[in-house]
Formats: sequence, structure tokens, C-alpha cells
Amino acid sequence: MPTIRSARRIAPLFLSALAFLGAPALALAQNGETLQQTKDNYGVVRCGVSQGLPGFSNPDSRGQWEGIDVDLCRAVAAAIFGNANKVKFTPTSAKERFAALQSGEFDILSRNTTWTMQRDTALGLDFIGTLYYDGQGFMVPKTPPLSSAKELDGATVCTNAGTTTELNVGDFFRANNMKYELITFEKADEVVAAYDSERCDVYTTDQSALYANRLKLRNPENHIILPEIISKEPLGPVVRQGDPQWADIVRWTLFAMINAEELGVTSENVDRLRRQSQDPKIRRLLGREGSFGESLGLSKFWAYQIIKKVGNYGEVFEKSLGVNTPLRIQRGQNALWKDGGFLYAPPVR
Amino acid sequence: MERRRIPLRAAGALISRRAALPRSLAEWRAELAPRAAFLAQSLVLLLVLLFFWRILSNAIGNLEQQNIASGFGFLNSTAGFAVNQALIPYSEESSYGRLLIVGLLNTLLVSALGIALASVLGFVIGIARLSSNWIVARLAAAYVEIVRNIPLLLQIFFWYFAFLGALPSPRSAAGWMESVYAHNRGIVLPKPVWEEGSALTLQLLLLALILCPLLLRFARWRRETTGSRPAWIQSALIALLLAPLAAFLLTGAPISLDYPELKGFNFEGGITISREFLALLLALSLYTAAYIAEIVRAGLLAVQRGQVEAARAIGLKTPQTLRLVVIPQAMQVIIPPLTNQYLNLTKNSSLAAAIAYPDLVSVFAGTALNQTGQAIEILFITMCVYLSLSVLTSIAMNQYNARLSRRKKSAP
Repeated sequence: MPTIRSARRIAPLFLSALAFLGAPALALAQNGETLQQTKDNYGVVRCGVSQGLPGFSNPDSRGQWEGIDVDLCRAVAAAIFGNANKVKFTPTSAKERFAALQSGEFDILSRNTTWTMQRDTALGLDFIGTLYYDGQGFMVPKTPPLSSAKELDGATVCTNAGTTTELNVGDFFRANNMKYELITFEKADEVVAAYDSERCDVYTTDQSALYANRLKLRNPENHIILPEIISKEPLGPVVRQGDPQWADIVRWTLFAMINAEELGVTSENVDRLRRQSQDPKIRRLLGREGSFGESLGLSKFWAYQIIKKVGNYGEVFEKSLGVNTPLRIQRGQNALWKDGGFLYAPPVR
Repeated sequence: MERRRIPLRAAGALISRRAALPRSLAEWRAELAPRAAFLAQSLVLLLVLLFFWRILSNAIGNLEQQNIASGFGFLNSTAGFAVNQALIPYSEESSYGRLLIVGLLNTLLVSALGIALASVLGFVIGIARLSSNWIVARLAAAYVEIVRNIPLLLQIFFWYFAFLGALPSPRSAAGWMESVYAHNRGIVLPKPVWEEGSALTLQLLLLALILCPLLLRFARWRRETTGSRPAWIQSALIALLLAPLAAFLLTGAPISLDYPELKGFNFEGGITISREFLALLLALSLYTAAYIAEIVRAGLLAVQRGQVEAARAIGLKTPQTLRLVVIPQAMQVIIPPLTNQYLNLTKNSSLAAAIAYPDLVSVFAGTALNQTGQAIEILFITMCVYLSLSVLTSIAMNQYNARLSRRKKSAP
């Protein structure tokens, strides 16, 4: 009797299990699906950012996210919704970022992430461009005085776990036949705390992040950043593979910001230029000629919205990282190609 | 509706009447029940297996479709990053497979030492809680309540950042006899250097370590069976212990110490016990000791009062009562929950990632995962490792417990 009763009890379980086994496999992203989901279901652009890196993605005193990585996501929101605030930011650690993007927790990873071949090819992800050309550097205390990273033999080095910096620092010390001890923490704040408490002699990470994190030290003025750059760190946004339309939207949002700077279109003069400009390049960018926005699945004023609501690349850079911010970073290699930098966007035509 | 219900009730009555017949439905059911049970169980097993197969094939299919690399081939490729504590030779050129072993050994090291420390401390505090001395008992109780009620991660941060972080930097560290230095990166000790000719001393020392316990056991067996203890045993023990010392002196003291020296940024030479290791070990053993103390207290209280009174009646003193009567009986109550605490300590050691101690989770399920992106494989391996560690610990503790209860039963 008990057996028969329990058999009866498991019958629904049995049936639902059968239903599960018969169901089709989990569907993957299809072309156009991300934009459609963003517009119809989420109502916001879902964007993965850092847990707090001044100048790139950092909450301000009112809890609003700000920084150059954040502004890229705002620009995508402006292009899609005409509203730069329709973004949901999800802070994510260096370790979790790729898994979170793969599993669809957000649709753009804009988190000072270095574009490498391994990440681009083996993770099912696509890097869509370079937002900031960076390189790995070293920060050391002013005493004892050091002038070059070549004097770091025997030093203890702190950095973030699960980053390219761990690999680069190994390459650098090995290539120069120097000994070192590596201490890696999961969170940037723990690295800063350990460096500040003299657990290590050197803090190494992308140079921009060194400038940003130096502000968090007890006495920022007692620390210097050594001149050597030991690696190429092109930082840029990442999307999942499998939805080329979405990749195009993010890519052309970045290009629109760079092109706008090149053409002298700013958030202040964009309204006037849209009405008055006779320059065909500006007219195409701002939706007066052609149907470039429609081919992305957006409105034809997509780039106008980006520039109006967020600004061109130069404006965003100066607001987040430039010489008038606490970070005081020069444009350097992040200047336009015609000013001697690396920034070069394909034309809108 | 009314009309339908009547025949149904009649049928029910029919069945219950037939159940009273010689070859009853109840008998028939009893005969069939085992077979039905077998069938049901195998169906469920089949479903469970199908379920897991389905999950696995779905995951593999999705990984392929998303162009995410999969498989275990990465274990042979070069890791490329350094680890600051490795018990076996490891460099940037080593493979991920070797990195797995390095992380595992670091986990085992901190867990084994943590278990040993936590057990000793836990037993002492547990016994102290039952002390008739008011201050000792209160202090032990305060320790247990404070340590048990603060999250472990906070305690790890406390030991790492606040306590050990407050030590001076290597350049201003004051040495003890110019050989031991405690600074904010760890503790540096002199390292013994085995020179030529030291092998004999080591071999004799090893021999003494093996033979002494055997001899002692033999002596006890002789005393228990014959009542007398041969005098040669004592001299043999002394000879065994003196032999390594004699060898050491005769071969010209071939063991020297390598003293640490401050060179450039850090100390060179000697052995460095890192601040990460110390903080993790302290936090894990102090935290687990509080739980073990409570388990020990419960075990001791579980021994009947009459046992203590009987021991007193035959003239045993308090330490002897504890050692010979109370603790052996309490152990049987203590061991099962104690095993749990050992497993907890091992699993809690994965909090190491927060303070950069390179344990299995930190270097393998952390850095290696992020460098290769092969989350499924790496987490699968890591979970298997922890599961095996836990199962092995459980088996060892269960066997120890079984031996204890056998001994109790065979005792007169």
C-alpha cells in the first residue's frame, strides 16, 4: 500500500520531468534579439561596470554612476531611447565580468576591460572597439626614491586577481631577469588597502587606474607613477557573440562619438549644426541625409541623440579623466588621429 | 451526481468485503509491493540520470554554439602568472595542472595546521569552561561567545589588516637575536641548511621517531600482561634518543642556519611565513576552536556524574579522572560533531581569496578561471577536490570513532 501511494505521488513529478526532457534546448541570442528585448522587455540598456574606478565607472556622491565607461552605456541608451538615463548599471568584479556577460546578466560590458585575442576568441564574446588606449604601469612610494621599473628587483608586487596585469608583470620581471613576489587580491579596494599598509612595494595595473586609485591612498602626494609602460592595454566595451546588430549599435555609438569630435560637433552646438550645417559629413551624422540610423534598427537621429545627451568623445574624456578632473590625464595616445593620437573612426556614409 | 456516488460506494464495500477472503487483496498487494517498489525506484533513478545527462549535453551544446572553449586541454597549457607561496617548484612557465596542485597543497597546509591548532585550543577552552575556577570558566565562556558571534570573514580581515598590518615594515623591523623578524609582510625565520654528512643524523633521528613509540607500546603490553617492565627498555630509549645527537657532534655539526638579511626591498634567505598565511591560520583556528570548545563541553557533560564519583571513590585525582575516565567516554559524543567542524574549517579556508592567500579557490577557481574562461571545467574540478577532501576526512574520523567504540566494548 505505501509503495503504491508513493508511486502515485511521484507520478506528477515523473510527468514534469518528461516534459523537461522533451523541451527544446535553451535558445541562444539571435540577430536583433538584444535590441528588441532592450526596447520591449527591459526598457533600459543593461550595462556591466566596475565596482568603483574613478574616471571610468564610479558612483558620485548622489549615487549616480559617472565616468567614461558609464558614458558609453549612456550614449547607447541615448541612441536607442533618446534618453541617456535609461541604463541599468550592474557593478561586477574583474573575476566575474565575463561569466556575467555570457549568462546574459547584462548586454554590454563596459568595465575597463583589456581587449586580448584569448578573450575575443575563446569566451564567446566580441570586443567592439577601443574606448581608451592604456598601458600597464607601476606606482611606488617616493621613498626610497626610484626612477625606473628596472630597479624593482626583489620587490613585492600587488595587483588584481584574474587580470592581464598578472601575466604582464610576470613577463616583465622574467624578461629583465628580476625576482619578485606577487600578491593578488580580488577587489581593487583590497589592493589599494594592502599597498597603503605597505604589504607590497609596488602597485601595478593599467596606468589610468593607478592615477585613479592613487586618489584613494592616505597620502596620494607621497606616491609616484614610474614612467615605464610594460604592455598594450586597449580598453573597450564587450558584447556577446551571436547578435551582430547589437555589436554594430555599440560599435557605431563609439564611432559616432569619435566622429563628432573630429567634425567639431559638441553637445552645445549640435542643435544649431543640425539645423544649419551644409557639411555633408555632419548632415549624414546628424540624420539630415541618408538613413544610417534605420540600418542599425534605430531612429535616424541616433547620433544626434548621443551627442546631445552625452557629448562627443572629447567632451566625455575631459569631463571624466581630463586635466580639469582630479585624475589630470592628458589626451596623449587617446587624442584624435589628426592630433597625433590613435583615435580613428570609419566614416558615416 | 447523487446517483453516481452510490455505485462507487458499493464497489468500495465490495473490495473491503473481498479483502476478508482467504486469498485477499491485501496479500496480493503485499506480494506485489517489493516488485512495484523496485520498478518505481529504478524509474526514478533513470529519470535522475536522464536529467543530469540532459543538463550536461545542453551545456556542451550551448558552449559549442557560443564559441566558448571547452574541455580539459587547458590543464597542460602555460599558466603564465606567479604564485607567492608554492610547496612544490612552480614558475610562470608551469602548467595550469601544476597550478591546481600548488593551490591544493596550500589549502591542505592551512587546513591541516588549522585543524591541529583549533583542536588543541578547543579542548583546552572546552575543559576550562567546566572549570570550578570562576574566572577561568568565565573567560572561556566569554571567548566562545565573542569569537563565535563575529563573522569569519571579518575576523580574517581583522587579523590581516588590523593586527598583522600594524607590524613595522621590513626596513624598520626589529629582529629577535638578529634571526627572527616579524614585519608587516610576515615572519622571517632562519632556515636550516643540510650540509654534507648531515644525512646520518637525519636517518638516526627518523629511526628514533619510529622506534620510540613502538618500544613504549611494547613496554605497556609487557606491563599489562606480565606486570613487570624490563629494565633494558629504558636504556634502549635513551640510546635511541642520544644517537642522533652523538652523530651530529661526531660528524662535525654539519647543520647550519641560513639567517635572513635585509637586501633591497625585502629579506633574503631564511624562511618567510607570509602575512596572508598567518592571518588565515589565526582566524580559522581561533574561530573553529570556539565551536570545538562547545562540542567538548557538551561531550564532557554527557558523561554520567556517577562515572566521576566512581573514579574519585577509587582514589583517582582530577587530571587522572579526566584522562582515564571522562575523556575516553566523552570522545564518542565529541567525534561526530567534531568531524563537522574539521570539514567546515577546510571549506572555510576558501575565504583565503579575500586576503590574497593562494589557496585552491583563489588561484585555480579564481585567477586560472578568469585567464582561461573555462568556468564549468574549473568549478567542476574544484568541487570534486573539496568533495574528496571532505569524504576522506569523514572516513578517517568515522574509523577513529569505530575503533574507540570497539575498544570500549572489549574493555572488561
